[in-house]
Amino acid sequence: MTDGARPEPRGTAAPAPPQSPGRVFWREFRRNPPALAGAGLLALFYALAVLAPFVAPYPQDELDRGRFYHPPQALHWRDAAGRLHLRPFVRATVPGRTIFEYREDPAREQPLRLFVRGARYRLLGVVPTTRHLFGVDAPGRVNLLGTDPSGRDELSRLLFGAQVSLTVGLVGILISFTLGLLLGGVSGYLGGWVDGLIMRSSEVLLSIPGLYLIIALRTVFPASLPSRQVYLAIVAILALIGWAGLARVIRGMVLSIRRADFVTAAEALGMSRLRIIVRHVLPNTLSFVIVAATLSVPGYILGEVFLSFLGVGVQEPSASWGNMLQQARSLTVLTDFPWLLYAPGVAIFLTVMAFNFLGDGLRDALDPRRLGRGRAG
Amino acid sequence: MRTFVLRRLLQLVPLLLAVIVLTFVLLKLAPGDYLTTLAENPQVSAATLDAMRHRFGLDRPWTVQLALYLKNLVLHLDFGESFSRHQPVFAVLREGLLNTLLLAVAGALVTWGLAIPLGAWAAARHNSAVDRALSLVAFVGLSVPEVLSGLVLLMLAARTGWFPVGGMRSLDWETLSLGGRALDLLRHLALPALVVGLVPLASRMRQMRASLLDVLRLDYITTARAKGLDERTVVMKHALRNALNPLITLFGYTLGSLLSGSLVAEIIFSWPGLGRVTYEAILSRDQYLVVGSVLMAATVLVAGNLVADLMLAAADPRVRRD
Repeated sequence: MTDGARPEPRGTAAPAPPQSPGRVFWREFRRNPPALAGAGLLALFYALAVLAPFVAPYPQDELDRGRFYHPPQALHWRDAAGRLHLRPFVRATVPGRTIFEYREDPAREQPLRLFVRGARYRLLGVVPTTRHLFGVDAPGRVNLLGTDPSGRDELSRLLFGAQVSLTVGLVGILISFTLGLLLGGVSGYLGGWVDGLIMRSSEVLLSIPGLYLIIALRTVFPASLPSRQVYLAIVAILALIGWAGLARVIRGMVLSIRRADFVTAAEALGMSRLRIIVRHVLPNTLSFVIVAATLSVPGYILGEVFLSFLGVGVQEPSASWGNMLQQARSLTVLTDFPWLLYAPGVAIFLTVMAFNFLGDGLRDALDPRRLGRGRAG
Repeated sequence: MRTFVLRRLLQLVPLLLAVIVLTFVLLKLAPGDYLTTLAENPQVSAATLDAMRHRFGLDRPWTVQLALYLKNLVLHLDFGESFSRHQPVFAVLREGLLNTLLLAVAGALVTWGLAIPLGAWAAARHNSAVDRALSLVAFVGLSVPEVLSGLVLLMLAARTGWFPVGGMRSLDWETLSLGGRALDLLRHLALPALVVGLVPLASRMRQMRASLLDVLRLDYITTARAKGLDERTVVMKHALRNALNPLITLFGYTLGSLLSGSLVAEIIFSWPGLGRVTYEAILSRDQYLVVGSVLMAATVLVAGNLVADLMLAAADPRVRRD
């Protein structure tokens, strides 16, 4: 699927030069605006997640006891006197008459500044620094997406939560697709009792409703774990379930590929069976696997959301989109503090949609009918 | 065909046995048991705990527990007793089962009631603005997880008061007339059913659209048009029936998720169904209740898939030979 190293024949006389699959793929993919938008959005989200400590104005667990349930602060460009400013500012708030009510104080304008000093952290886990992308001068606070019941900044938690929620999908896919490819490949290539054993196991996993299985597997791990271990447990659970469906499809594809001449040739050359499976058989399932992987990432993200939503996933004070959504389960929050639903909700929705768009675009662009002969009508 | 069905049915027996064993093993792998939380209560004496442990059979090795469970299940159709509810598992499940079926059927009505007309509409107006808009809506709809649609609808209920925010019956249920009760139940059912129904809606709609488009390309439709029938009659009377055929096999998969597909909606809307029972049972380690409900949900799931496969086999003879 890589760009061929072969030089393309130059010259205008040549009728429709042969194109490498990689080039055809890219040409088709480029023509698909939703897929490009999906890819762009995901690139942005992952970049934000990696840079979370820098982009977020505050650490994910920093409480502000004066600002429980603070609503999102609007950005203003026009001050009290009606003058336009190039630098947006937020207005400081003072507690209102009732609890959790805040009033803007038009006289106290707090301009947003870039690269302000704040909490100490290590950029990319290496460079120690105190600079944050934006913020207001101390002692003011800025909560563009509001605060949660403990007075923590919702935007900061969303960014740190992305580190958990977005990587669960990728790591989970990596493990379950490796398992699924190997088991499906071995199953289809070897046949016999190995095939029977693997397929029967996958049937058992597939016949227990997914969400039940997820909760049941979760109880196998102790209820309260440090957040890093919970994270690993969630990935392990999702990967353990995810391989089954894939292995069955791969097995079916391998059954037809193993009869191909190049496999017979490899066998005749005396290659080991594992090597034939990994080097010659499985690469032929690649375009299917890429599409299937992209389209199954949302399932893993939602798996984490589901577990954390039930309170058995990532634990406070660590943030994840699932446990942020859990805060929105109460009726009081839904009626009076809806931003606690909007922030993680929109993030989850956009991520899932971006993966769906990207997966759909990849499927169209990797369609063998198009890869085989240039442009299809 | 008969041997095909028979063979598939026989395959279910070891499969369900494996499901029971796996569930049991998972429960036993987990640290502690039902009595662990009880033991933290200082008011429960050690003697009481020992008595309960003996009564529940938790003092025996898990292999013996499993063997006894299987023996009672096969010989007496006895699903054991729920620790937390002091009731036979079967009685607990039966109650949740009816509520879940009600929710699932209502959800399926939402799905199919919307998917068929909308999909047909999009296909009949192929490549029009309507078609494009519906495709977009379907695509966006595919990306809304149940947890989100559930919370958004719950917010709607909490803010407007048009619908109850959870449960299955109002407090004054006993005083209502029969019609009042039906109305009350419907109001409680509406939002959770919508959450359950919206999940497969987008894909069903796309399948309906694709299926009708396939049929509309066939020669007999051209004939019907050539006869001078108006487009409405062509689509509604001639094309639609044939377009529904492939969708019927999909209905089998809907049957499979009847019991387990509504878990999220049940949790968000406090619907007293099987999903909630299972969820609570797993968390409290009420082991025979867990095994019973997982077994039941798995049976329905594989049976639904079997029905779908049979429908497919009936429609496509190539499947039968496999």
